[in-house]
Amino acid sequence: MTTKTIANIKVEVTEEGYLIDSSVWNKEIAKAIAKEEGIELTDKHFEVIEFIRKKVAAGEGLTIRGIGKSGVVDAKTFYQLFPGAPLKKATKIAGVSKPVSCM
Amino acid sequence: MEKEEKYPLKKVLLICSKGNLEDVYAALVMANGAVMEGIETKLFFTFFGLDAITKKTMNKLHTATVGNPAMRMPGGLPFPTLLGGLPGVEAGVTKMMKKEMEKLDMPPVDEFLELIEAGGGEVYACKLAADMFKLKKEDFHETVKDIITVGELYAMCDGLGTQIIFT
Repeated sequence: MTTKTIANIKVEVTEEGYLIDSSVWNKEIAKAIAKEEGIELTDKHFEVIEFIRKKVAAGEGLTIRGIGKSGVVDAKTFYQLFPGAPLKKATKIAGVSKPVSCM
Repeated sequence: MEKEEKYPLKKVLLICSKGNLEDVYAALVMANGAVMEGIETKLFFTFFGLDAITKKTMNKLHTATVGNPAMRMPGGLPFPTLLGGLPGVEAGVTKMMKKEMEKLDMPPVDEFLELIEAGGGEVYACKLAADMFKLKKEDFHETVKDIITVGELYAMCDGLGTQIIFT
């Protein structure tokens, strides 16, 4: 665990950069983390991020299949929005903990 | 002392040669997992593994109830081999397996391949096995990019950080 200043706010993050406390998250933090990942956030990104935050808040597991079936984005678009490792990147930007699923 | 350099995995080629439900899913889960991590992924099906990409058979794969010493009854008792050979037993066990997999959000084979393709993964069939089983491109699922030779497969293995996994 380390302390980091993201978007002028001091936050605690894991070694991999995931927020420890999801409640300190705001859109500015999201934009700053996304920039580090090389992603410029659009409204579509925020739709996905909000879906992820809702899911996590409800205590539900996240999978790419689940996100692809959410009606928010399909799997292919999800991969395009967060290129590389979409689930890891999207959760980091959404300020929730790193998903532990293999799927 | 020699300095140990680390090369992160960049590309993975998975080979699936068996058509059992669990063998196919092992390859699919590994492939999908690699795609999820942003690793370039190529999935190659050969011999009985072709069942997993053949339209007619892909969603009807079974788990073997005979010759599988790790098989257990619900509750954990060993599964008698003789019982496994009775009509309907394999279908019943397979149904149970599929139910448990669905609970973990593991999709049916065709959807799984589509998910892998959506993430940029590529699916191939082995030419020799396809010839042997008299299968053509149109017999395979639309996610199958091509029917390729062993040489073509090896040609895809270029680059530092590439691994081949045989499941």
